[in-house]
Amino acid sequence: MKALVFALRSFARELRSGEVIVLLSAVALAVGALTAVGFLTDRIGKAVARQANEVLAADLRLRSPDPIPPEWQEAAERYELQTAETRTFPSVVFAGEDSSLATIKAVSETYPLRGSVRISDRLFGEQIEVDRIPASGTVWTDGALMARLGVSVGDSIEVGDAELRIDAVLTYRPDQSIGFASLAPSVLVNITDLPATALINEGSRVGYALLVAGDETAVDDFYAEVEDQLPDSVRVRNREDSSERATNASGRAQQFLSLTAVISVLLSAVAIAMSARRFAHRRMDTVALMKSLGASQRFVITASSYQLLMLGIVGIAVGTLVGFAAERILTSMLADLIANDLPPPGLGPVRLATGSALILLAGFALPSLIQLRNTPPLRVLRHDEMPPPPSRLMIAGTSLLAVAVLLYGAIGDVRMLGIVLGGMLVVSLVLYIAGRLLVALLGRFRGGVGVAWRYGLANVSRRGRDSAVQMVAFGLGLTVLLLLTFVRTDLLASWRKTLDDDAPNHFLINVQTHERTSIADIFERNGIPAPEFVPLVRARMTTINGEDVKTREYPVKDGEWMANREANLTWSSSLSDSNELVAGEWWPTDYDGEPLVSVEEEAAMELGVELGDKLTFLIAGQEIELQIASFRKVNWDSFKPNFFMVLSPGAIEQYPATFVSSLKVGDDQSDTLLQLVRAHPSVSVIDLDAILQQVKGIIDKATLAVQAVFMFTLAAGIAVLFAAVQSTIDERRFESAMLRALGARRRTVLSGVLTEFAALGFSAGLLAATGASILAALISVSVFDLEYSFSPMIWVLGLTGGTVLVCLSGFIAARGAINAPPADVLRTA
Amino acid sequence: MSSQSSNEAVLVAERVSKQVISPEGGLTILSNVGFTIFSGESVAITGASGAGKSTLLALLAGLDLPSEGRIWLNGNELTALDEDGRARIRAASVGFVFQSFHLVPSLNALENVMLPLELSGAEGSRKKALDIIEQVGLSERWSHYPAQLSGGEKQRVAIARAFATQPAVLFADEPTGNLDSRTGERIMDLMFELNRSSSTTLVLVTHDQSLADRCDRKIELDAGLLVSDSKAAA
Repeated sequence: MKALVFALRSFARELRSGEVIVLLSAVALAVGALTAVGFLTDRIGKAVARQANEVLAADLRLRSPDPIPPEWQEAAERYELQTAETRTFPSVVFAGEDSSLATIKAVSETYPLRGSVRISDRLFGEQIEVDRIPASGTVWTDGALMARLGVSVGDSIEVGDAELRIDAVLTYRPDQSIGFASLAPSVLVNITDLPATALINEGSRVGYALLVAGDETAVDDFYAEVEDQLPDSVRVRNREDSSERATNASGRAQQFLSLTAVISVLLSAVAIAMSARRFAHRRMDTVALMKSLGASQRFVITASSYQLLMLGIVGIAVGTLVGFAAERILTSMLADLIANDLPPPGLGPVRLATGSALILLAGFALPSLIQLRNTPPLRVLRHDEMPPPPSRLMIAGTSLLAVAVLLYGAIGDVRMLGIVLGGMLVVSLVLYIAGRLLVALLGRFRGGVGVAWRYGLANVSRRGRDSAVQMVAFGLGLTVLLLLTFVRTDLLASWRKTLDDDAPNHFLINVQTHERTSIADIFERNGIPAPEFVPLVRARMTTINGEDVKTREYPVKDGEWMANREANLTWSSSLSDSNELVAGEWWPTDYDGEPLVSVEEEAAMELGVELGDKLTFLIAGQEIELQIASFRKVNWDSFKPNFFMVLSPGAIEQYPATFVSSLKVGDDQSDTLLQLVRAHPSVSVIDLDAILQQVKGIIDKATLAVQAVFMFTLAAGIAVLFAAVQSTIDERRFESAMLRALGARRRTVLSGVLTEFAALGFSAGLLAATGASILAALISVSVFDLEYSFSPMIWVLGLTGGTVLVCLSGFIAARGAINAPPADVLRTA
Repeated sequence: MSSQSSNEAVLVAERVSKQVISPEGGLTILSNVGFTIFSGESVAITGASGAGKSTLLALLAGLDLPSEGRIWLNGNELTALDEDGRARIRAASVGFVFQSFHLVPSLNALENVMLPLELSGAEGSRKKALDIIEQVGLSERWSHYPAQLSGGEKQRVAIARAFATQPAVLFADEPTGNLDSRTGERIMDLMFELNRSSSTTLVLVTHDQSLADRCDRKIELDAGLLVSDSKAAA
């Protein structure tokens, strides 16, 4: 109690003195990083959980590539279930000369059965929940689409042959995907308007869905009745499957972001350890005095721990506010990518951050404080009496334990924890050695240039260990920022550079057999060579070597997906020039024997199939067996229509097919496409450039947001620098006073200090640019199979950024020492 | 200065020696020093710089332990206690006044004076502290922090703090060393006055002869040896 009173009494003064500001900032930064990420993932997680219950807009959804037979609906009605029907397909919509790819979702009167649709009467206007669908002749569209077409509520858009008026902005529908909705924004259409659009023809790629909802047992009974009649092409999903998938995805994102935050937390820990050393050192005189006045060791420890705890509480409060503000910024950065009406965050992240901050303080600050109890009381008479330094084993032990506990919180898996912890130790060691080498190298440049230069570089070498730690701490934050800048600016660009200039930039899909000649005519009339049409037949794999694909075991998880997805089959007599045979033999041009199939090599690996294996596919109600004749490697970057499964000629030519094509259209030829879409509204034209642009937009935003999280890392690096400077401030004050007493001008002292920090910053930048370049090369080559192109920007940004930032921060941190009047300092020294 | 000593021994040093290990080898700071100080006495420990005065003070107050010999303070054998045990004795029976004041910078004057009272678990520490602050003439400035006080004022706070617990022994280490001579004189007047009114035993380390002359008894050290003790001589 006495200790608490004492701690409380001196705390306010302690705060005002500014001595503890670095320690406080380090705690606040760690908490800020954790809560920013925590709030964000908490809100997204809640949105996911909320939506998971609505994500089907029903209790059960039957989705089929073919129209839903009326018997199913009748069966549902027999069980007194509510039903609704939706049809979903891509199409290009127009507003005057502007066009955009959109997802058309036609819905029946009762949609949605679960959750509700929200609309607004203008962009970014207030949302209202409605329990109706767009009236016939009107649509509700995503804001993104309206922006793209330059239209507003009240304007009309062309959807196929129909002209429909935009009645409201669609802000939320229960079955929308949570992320990346902007790729093909939705248009909600009344199902009765569909015939007028003339967009659905035989073979069109339409997703038909029957939504069912009602009493749980009735839903089960209904499903039991129709289950056996359902063709394999029908996908059934209930609420449990959906919520599990959504939750898994958001869990992975959460884990990634938490790890990102942990890096900032670890750097903050270094700053905490450094400033706690100073904190303890400053307390030594008071402790000696208290002991001389009769305070026990326990009192000393208790009082110091209380003070640390109070500091922690203030740091946590400040950090939480920072985290809250940062989350707001992150959310606005990601505005288009995530639902714009996230639920408010809970207190979970604050609890987590509080716990983490306390663990950090206990692991990194407490060892220094505990040592205070050994301060000899004799120090009141002899100022050079010091407590023995805390044992290295204890420091290493407690800090490692704290890191392990924190990481376990972010990773939640002991084996992964071991790997990450081991990796971190190795990386830290390598970086530290690199730092020490740079410090040693700097020492060699001391000679010559003048007193300020020599003084500055001498300081770097003299505090070798701390200098290396500062370089690494700062360099680490910078490395990640540089790497993300590279990902944002260079990676996509260097991929695009690898593409052939003549590579197709548009896809045509959904072309009907009879439309081929007319489309070819349009191109020829406009002086563009007619594209090649590749047939596409939709099918579903049923067995592999007689084994049911649903129950079969696959070498990798993706194999199951590959086998159960809706397959697109094509046939060809010759091997496409974007394909390369890697095993087996290609059939002769005039082959007309048993049906054969050539499988893409990765798909074959995932499915676990060999040459000669038998695959059975269900096409339009009929089964066909194919023997694997060869494996192919596909150059997907060619942007030609490519398939996992290519069949021998004659195998499936009797089935209904649509055609796809790809072609290069110059900027000045977009008129041709317009003519094409107007003449053939059911053909979807996909503009690859526009999609790439959107993908780039998404990557930009996502990396920018991750970069924003890493700003905490950079700030933590600055905190390390401040802590290091603060721990030497008395020494610096004395030295600069000495230098000035010896006749150095303030400018000389200042240049010395700036030289020191410039050298540190330049080295940190060097470390960061090297690290980022190596990582960028690794990512390019091994993750994306791209040739690494040297990015000078990384070096320019790294070296100047490092130098300027460290110089500036160092100057701010050390200015008190530079400006102290020499006479004062010598008097108190 | 009239003696108020009674026959009760408050401090006993028995064949006390202190050696330290220095880079040049073993160094003897105090050698075989012994004396008894009685309740209410004021004793000056004098000697040249390096004679071992401060070391002796540290040993007598239990801030450090001798290499050889035994010390009793108020009947407790300091040399037989661990650090916390010695701290308890200090809390109960010892007050300090230092050359460089040693106030806790983050506590104001009143809180500094309350500190030893609270450490010794005394009741009504705030009132006691305010009373004694008034006695040292700082009742207007009790809420000031050390940085806002002059050297003389700081030493007054330190004296108030030292007397607050009505200690059996007050140790003062060059209490005027950081003050100008006029202020120093006033501070010493105050200290002797409080010493008299509270019948505390005063042990004063100084190299200032005129200050030593104001004490009942002078113990002189030279190179770690006790060379004269006015009481023994008397």
